[in-house]
Amino acid sequence: MNETATIATPPQTAEGPRPKITARNVNVHYGEKHALKDVSVDVPEKGVMAFIGPSGCGKSTFLRCINRMNDTISICRVSGDLRIDGRDIYEAGLDPVLLRARVGMVFQKPNPFPKSIYENVAYGPRLHGLGNTKAELDEIVEGALRKASLFEEVKDRLKDSGTSLSGGQQQRLCIARAIAVRPEVILMDEPCSALDPIATAKIEELIDELRSNFTIVIVTHSMQQAARVSQRTAFFHLGKLIEDGVTDQIFMNPRHELTRNYITGRFG
Amino acid sequence: MNNHTVKAFDEELGVLSSKINEMGGIAEAMLVESIEALVKGDKARAEEVIRQDKALDALQQEIEDLAVVFIAKRQPMANDLRHVMGTVRIAGDIERIGDLFKNIGKRVRAMDAAMVGTRTLSGIQNMARMVQGQLKLVLDSFSQNRPDLAREVWLHDGEIDALHNSLFRELLTYMMEDPRAITYCAHLLFIAKNVERVGDHATNIAETVHLIETGEPLAGPRPKADDTHYTKGLKAE
Ligand SMILES: Nc1ncnc2c1ncn2[C@@H]1O[C@H](COP(=O)(O)OP(=O)(O)OP(=O)(O)O)[C@@H](O)[C@H]1O
Ligand SMILES: [Mg+2]
Repeated sequence: MNETATIATPPQTAEGPRPKITARNVNVHYGEKHALKDVSVDVPEKGVMAFIGPSGCGKSTFLRCINRMNDTISICRVSGDLRIDGRDIYEAGLDPVLLRARVGMVFQKPNPFPKSIYENVAYGPRLHGLGNTKAELDEIVEGALRKASLFEEVKDRLKDSGTSLSGGQQQRLCIARAIAVRPEVILMDEPCSALDPIATAKIEELIDELRSNFTIVIVTHSMQQAARVSQRTAFFHLGKLIEDGVTDQIFMNPRHELTRNYITGRFG
Repeated sequence: MNNHTVKAFDEELGVLSSKINEMGGIAEAMLVESIEALVKGDKARAEEVIRQDKALDALQQEIEDLAVVFIAKRQPMANDLRHVMGTVRIAGDIERIGDLFKNIGKRVRAMDAAMVGTRTLSGIQNMARMVQGQLKLVLDSFSQNRPDLAREVWLHDGEIDALHNSLFRELLTYMMEDPRAITYCAHLLFIAKNVERVGDHATNIAETVHLIETGEPLAGPRPKADDTHYTKGLKAE
């Protein structure tokens, strides 16, 4: 991504904390398909930013740019400038595996490894050499499970398979797994879409707690969820970022008509 | 604006709006009737005005209930949410307007008709006409989704205040000249105050309509009412 000699000026400077992630003119193609068009946005540090927009508008595509998951899709081409803490994450020599330790991801469908609950959480830290002794690893696992509000429910069955948990518990396990490697950024792609209201509420509560330490980007199809959990919201439409701003403003008084039509349910 | 994908959404919003229009119609009729009752000393009409207030109370309650169900069921956003919340606020203002006219009705019922003096009443009639115009305009601004009309109402509120202040001074003069007129004039003072407060509610509604339609509060310079009419040391509050 070093082709871009000059960085476009931000569309608007984000008020509040400094940006953790800055994207300038990010374009993504899947073969001939132009999936993201000149997306420029700032994601502020230590807060929650929600990405909303109709199905197929490119939300997941953009999330996958942030931890270079798109690298694993052969037909996918990414161009533009994407930085975390000012550093180009597509620069030559940057190890995507290390990047993904800094930028964790939680998917729409809980996807625990077919291993024990303990191993699900311990796997990442061990891979990245975070826990050298068994005691250290135990501590990391317990801490991550506690942060994900799951520890009390599973402390007596840590050896059971992760897949034996309920859907909501599995999702919290995946969040524990994501935070165990102490990432700086957590990307969540519709993390609650398979969950009941109680499990959803627990995840939202968790997001609210995590935001003091992490930068969180969440994709959600629930306007109410976006309004509840995020401080900033960006609206995507047909691969373009239409509008981003303070969440309350986006939901009370969006500037762009496309945004308004979408959030008020007036879309074709 | 485009329709909602869910048709019932628009229908339910429409019901809320039509109930506001209904309340507005009743309030306008109460204004005309209460002033007529005052001018003619017509106690039966005054009774009718008092009775009409109940319909407003019922409608306000209905609007609140509908709005609560609507919010719970539809979770409106942006202009839709402003619309529902605004509707509840406007219903509250119209309900208060109804109380003020009811109070005029009660005063007419209690007043000594023999005291009716044409000159004094023409001042109240003028003010009532002005308020009537404001009320009509603000109700139109709501039903026609016109923030420009709302701004007009908001800009002209000062004129009613000015008229009220001069009327206040005039009535005080009468009271000083003829102590026997004090009870009657005191009623008129309160009636004038009531009419002036209806104007204030019309302004509140204008602010709400503007917020619903634009998402922005009404702002900008507004001609200030002329304070020099206040009688020295007394405020018409
Ligand atoms: N692996 C892929 N190969 C080819 N095209 C893809 C691929 N992934 C996404 N696309 C296309 O890119 C566009 C954006 O897809 P993306 O998954 O980012 O949308 P989205 O906003 O996340 O939608 P949803 O809300 O349905 O998850 C779509 O048109 C989609 O068909
Ligand atoms: Mg997606």
